[in-house]
Amino acid sequence: MDAMVRELSYAQAIQEAMAIAMDMDERVFLMGEDIGVYGGAFQVTGDLVERFGTERVIDTPISELGGAGVAVGAALTGMRPIFEFQFSDFATLAMEQIVNQAAKMRFMLGGEVSVPVVMRFPAGSGTGAAAQHSQSLEAWLGHVPGLKVIQPATPYDAKGMLLAAVADPDPVMIFEHKLLYKMKGPVPEGYYTVPIGKADIRREGRDLTIVATSIMVQKALDAAAVLESEGIDVEIVDLRTIRPMDKQTVIDSVKKTSRLMCVYEAVKTLGIGAEVSAMIAESEAFDYLDAPIVRLGGAETPIPYNPELEKATVPQIPDIITAARDLVKGVR
Amino acid sequence: MAGASKAVTDSRANLPFVYRQYSAEQLREVLYKMYLIRRFEEGAEECYTRGLIHGTMHLSIGQEASAMGICMPLAEDDQITSTHRGHGHCIAKGAEVKRMFAEFFGKTSGYCKGRGGSMHIADVGKGNLGANGIVGGGIPIAVGAALSSKMMKTGKVVVSFFGDGANNEGAFHEALNMAAIWKLPVIFVCENNGYGMSTSTARSTAVKNIAERAAAYSMPGVIVNGNIFSEVAEASHQAVARARAGEGPTLIESKTYRHRGHSKSDRNRYRTKEEIEDWMSNRDPITLFESELREFGFIDDKGIEAIRDAVAQEIADGIEFAKASPSPDVRDTGNYVYTEQA
Ligand SMILES: Cc1ncc(C[n+]2csc(CCOP(=O)(O)OP(=O)(O)O)c2C)c(N)n1
Ligand SMILES: [Mg+2]
Repeated sequence: MDAMVRELSYAQAIQEAMAIAMDMDERVFLMGEDIGVYGGAFQVTGDLVERFGTERVIDTPISELGGAGVAVGAALTGMRPIFEFQFSDFATLAMEQIVNQAAKMRFMLGGEVSVPVVMRFPAGSGTGAAAQHSQSLEAWLGHVPGLKVIQPATPYDAKGMLLAAVADPDPVMIFEHKLLYKMKGPVPEGYYTVPIGKADIRREGRDLTIVATSIMVQKALDAAAVLESEGIDVEIVDLRTIRPMDKQTVIDSVKKTSRLMCVYEAVKTLGIGAEVSAMIAESEAFDYLDAPIVRLGGAETPIPYNPELEKATVPQIPDIITAARDLVKGVR
Repeated sequence: MAGASKAVTDSRANLPFVYRQYSAEQLREVLYKMYLIRRFEEGAEECYTRGLIHGTMHLSIGQEASAMGICMPLAEDDQITSTHRGHGHCIAKGAEVKRMFAEFFGKTSGYCKGRGGSMHIADVGKGNLGANGIVGGGIPIAVGAALSSKMMKTGKVVVSFFGDGANNEGAFHEALNMAAIWKLPVIFVCENNGYGMSTSTARSTAVKNIAERAAAYSMPGVIVNGNIFSEVAEASHQAVARARAGEGPTLIESKTYRHRGHSKSDRNRYRTKEEIEDWMSNRDPITLFESELREFGFIDDKGIEAIRDAVAQEIADGIEFAKASPSPDVRDTGNYVYTEQA
């Protein structure tokens, strides 16, 4: 029998996943700033403290470096911590523990240990929180061997990938776009996982492959609906995991459509778009390309406070439509 | 401002510090600024509620004496680093509310040309090197500014404001240590309002008083009642004198309270209504200062009324200025990322 499927928000789906993980395995616990009675800055942990108590839903002081290090140490020695950063921007304060410790420990010790820590990062712009609370830093962590980096784009994936992350023996970094938290979608009850390292074709099409991440998946889907009315048939690949990347799904899609566009919110240069484009240029799909690859990414600027400027710094649906139209029609 | 000069007599000898140190006019100016901070934040809050300001904001209502007391002995070219709860610091250091409102409205006439908003409010011209979205982020920067002061022999003193939550960041500890070993002219001001977001100091901090942490870095640690202007100003005065004399840093812990929630998304579940009510009705810094001024004869009801009216006018004018100011051009989004070169 199929599990009951309900409409849950992205935040509720994550919360449910954490509750299931804690019910199933007493080694799983939560750490983060204001995740207890406050419920987390974005209400993702919500009332979990009432159910699991302050021993398993631990408010840390405002100490990102120390907190991340404690989570790494606990994971190293048998526990299964899920560590919430209040904003992904604060990963910058904990880079040492994430990059030098968590990512490399297993390797440096010749496979004698593992670090099954999960870190959650509320990310992205669109809330008027300006330059230090709106960044998309996933590619920074995606650059580090030893980490797995995921960006679920739907409530269904958010739950399934979080449960996969908890079950994973290695450090998994989850980037959650803040504007997705309220997005609703079908989520089955109970335990299920969505594999890390596997992209998802969210829409099949003939004319153009759009590889999108996180919130850009929905924007690309909305753009595709408009483009369809113009006779442009878009295939949308939701990358879901940026390390390790599911190259084959992208390659196969590009071989089918012969055109590639990458859409992501992070700053355009030296990011996910560069990686996907280079990967395709190196692959057998290169010969299938009918047009230059297009990247649509964030502007080369910190995120501004002013709402109009803020919007202008990240790709919006009309930008995707225009770029896709130009790409398919050969306008350069 | 006029009036109340009868107070300027020998009888001041037994009064608290500020009443001996400053003129009646200066003290009335302090009351004006405290009201200006309070009404500015109330005005900003109202604009936010009406959807005129977006994003979020952190109000310092209840902490006005702390900002004013610390800034009182500072010279115009002395510098501060501030926090996410930095509107009061900004005004206390001399900012104009109209340009602050303009910033909150995202306008080009704002202090950051609409790029920063509440959390990054600054007034570099008046020595405010900026609020900060990163808890503890400004503390080492203040130490760097103090290093500049020492190396360039400018004589400037630097104040770093931060909260009780920030004292658990590594940056706090590293910064205090460097300031102490290099005897820098910097004053660390911990505005302890009892909570970092929802987490009380009892739950977050191993020492009872944050000032105790000064001992680990061989500097004086001073505790003041942050809601009593005179106490704060006196401690600041001494710390500034020490810094100017080249004797090094001081840590001041200013114990205070924020009346409002942490930010715009706070359900206030971690503290009681009674606690908030108690601080609001019994320990409000403006009420306390106002009644002292009245008691010691520095102001009368008419004087207070005049201040309130003038502040209300300045706030109303400021909001109008902000509304009427132009928005930045979207095509200029890339400006200020790098230094413009000819
Ligand atoms: C490095 C970092 N961690 C967490 C936050 C989120 N945050 C913003 S303000 C705040 C509480 C700060 O408490 P405190 O230092 O006591 O200052 P207060 O808000 O009480 O003025 C938190 C957790 C942040 N902005 N930066
Ligand atoms: Mg505090």
